[in-house]
Amino acid sequence: MDVNTKKIIKNAWRVTKERGVTCLRIRVPGGHLEVKYLDLLKEIAEKYGNGTVHLTTRQGFEIPGIQMNKIDEINQMLAPVIQGLEMELGVPVTDETAGYPAAGTRNVAACIGNRVCPFANFDTTKLAGKVEALIYPNDFHVKIAISGCPNDCIKGHLHDIGVMGMVEPVYNQQRCIGCQACVKNCRQVSTGALSFVNYKVRRDPLRCTGCGECVLKCPAAAWTRGKQSYRLVIMGRTGKKNPRLARPFLEWADETVVLQVIKNMYAYIDRHIDRSLPKEHVGYIVDRTGYPVFREEALAGVTLNPEARVAAWMDWSGYRYERTSNMV
Amino acid sequence: MGFALTTEQFDAFLAGLARDYDIYAPKRLAGKGAFSGTDLIAYAPVQSLAEIVFDRKTFYSPKEILLPISQTLFYFTEEAYREPQQQQRPVIIFLRPCDVHAVKRLDQIYLHNGDQADPYYRERREKVKFFVMECTEGFDSCFCVSMGTNRTGEYAVFLRLEADRVLCDARPEFTPALAAYGREAPFTPAFIEQNKISVKTPEKIAPAVYGHPLWSEYDSRCIACGRCNVCCPTCTCFTMQDIFYEDNPRCGERRRVWAGCMIDGFTDLAGGHSFRNKYGERMRFKALHKVYDFKKRFGDHMCVGCGRCDDVCPEYISFSRIINRLAEVSDDE
Repeated sequence: MDVNTKKIIKNAWRVTKERGVTCLRIRVPGGHLEVKYLDLLKEIAEKYGNGTVHLTTRQGFEIPGIQMNKIDEINQMLAPVIQGLEMELGVPVTDETAGYPAAGTRNVAACIGNRVCPFANFDTTKLAGKVEALIYPNDFHVKIAISGCPNDCIKGHLHDIGVMGMVEPVYNQQRCIGCQACVKNCRQVSTGALSFVNYKVRRDPLRCTGCGECVLKCPAAAWTRGKQSYRLVIMGRTGKKNPRLARPFLEWADETVVLQVIKNMYAYIDRHIDRSLPKEHVGYIVDRTGYPVFREEALAGVTLNPEARVAAWMDWSGYRYERTSNMV
Repeated sequence: MGFALTTEQFDAFLAGLARDYDIYAPKRLAGKGAFSGTDLIAYAPVQSLAEIVFDRKTFYSPKEILLPISQTLFYFTEEAYREPQQQQRPVIIFLRPCDVHAVKRLDQIYLHNGDQADPYYRERREKVKFFVMECTEGFDSCFCVSMGTNRTGEYAVFLRLEADRVLCDARPEFTPALAAYGREAPFTPAFIEQNKISVKTPEKIAPAVYGHPLWSEYDSRCIACGRCNVCCPTCTCFTMQDIFYEDNPRCGERRRVWAGCMIDGFTDLAGGHSFRNKYGERMRFKALHKVYDFKKRFGDHMCVGCGRCDDVCPEYISFSRIINRLAEVSDDE
């Protein structure tokens, strides 16, 4: 049996523990899809696989138990999925009957967003689609996740890039009845950015995370939604060396800025990646170049919207497994 | 007298009125809903027919036009005080029959409750003209028919929106203006005769209702957010706020600001006392005010059955169900 493993891995097929048997990874950008695609996935799993699918942490599907000699045949079958879930978003695919064109950059995950969730500040799946169109296909191993609000339910803090929806709350003091629902709630569930002065609410803009809770809690529409923007947290990761949470890189950034920075990050990786390794995560590249180099290159050619703020320095937390001296 | 106006003619009529009146109507405020990507239907100044929302109920009632949410009553310095200049222009409000009745409830409290009419309210109220929007279908939560607020004759102009024209019935004050823009046409206003929901209000309340277990359900279901108070077209309570300006605390102003009986702090007294700490007790207080004691005092129920409190409750508490349950337990007791 002769199989080019490098080739099939880039084609979104796995080398599994069982010889000759592979597993197909399906991308679902934004984690939301029309159920019509499930029919095809079911057919592949029943006819070629072992009748099961695995729901991945990245909101895709893996279809296990497929013989490697069926790869070409199944790639042909996948055309409607690649067309509907990738090409229709604007992802450039030259041959939709040849399976996935890359697997390095992982599926862009998203929380359920404002199609359902009252807390979400925007349509996360829609932005995930725009990001997918911008960065896929790509071989660099990058993980991006998008959340509707700073609750970060999709856990962008464990991703190379986590995008979170922010909204500028606009206060009309004429409509405020002084019930303090927003003040109490902000203190309880958010950052305590609101205070009550002279029977009206004062917002500390440096403390406000743009979560939108005050708008949701206000019974009188004294708080309403202003401009919607984003927080970008970067270089969170799990992994066997140095797990850590991402740190804020941008806040109050608009969509154009977010998309440009993501695009620039790929150029940064391309410039600095250690090509002697089979693969290198962007976070480890930043560890090597230092944050100032990343910041400069990520913002190259980007015109920040006036409200946007950029982290002056970065102190990623996290720990190194080999230095856990408390394991006695 | 009846008139028919095309959409264009009606817009010209409105433009003419705008010279003398501020015109308020239900309007779609894009992106101003609490949830992202949603609009708020609320009262706002309008200039054309297309801006007026006929097919949705407003989230907030027109009460805020007559009774500002936050209103400065006077400014004070060390030795003197003065009222703000009232420069209120005459106002036209587009509203449904139930909301006209609701304004009558406001009148009852602010104009006819004791010897002294409230001058701030009267100042605005005297300048208001009602343009009643015909309402024959209502909405899912409405129960105006049960409350007897489905009909009204109190209007300056009554309108029916049709596909490409507006039919109006006008009082003499507005007939010259309508005649100038439209043509005479027979028109008889219609009213809604049946809602999807009907309620039975209690005739007599036995003392046992006070401690009835029906209220305790709301101890946990209600979150005391006060949306039902704020959205109610007949809630009239306010509180006073004395503000001392931060830059110079020797000057300041006294404001009156809406208050709500469901909200924490409503019953706070000197010494730290407060009443109705349980939310079910607040619900009882509100319910009995809306459909019992107001009527005992003034002859009509306070509640006009607009159903806004049902629409806005984040905990899906239905006030019409509360009324019916109240009537049931009152009959039992």
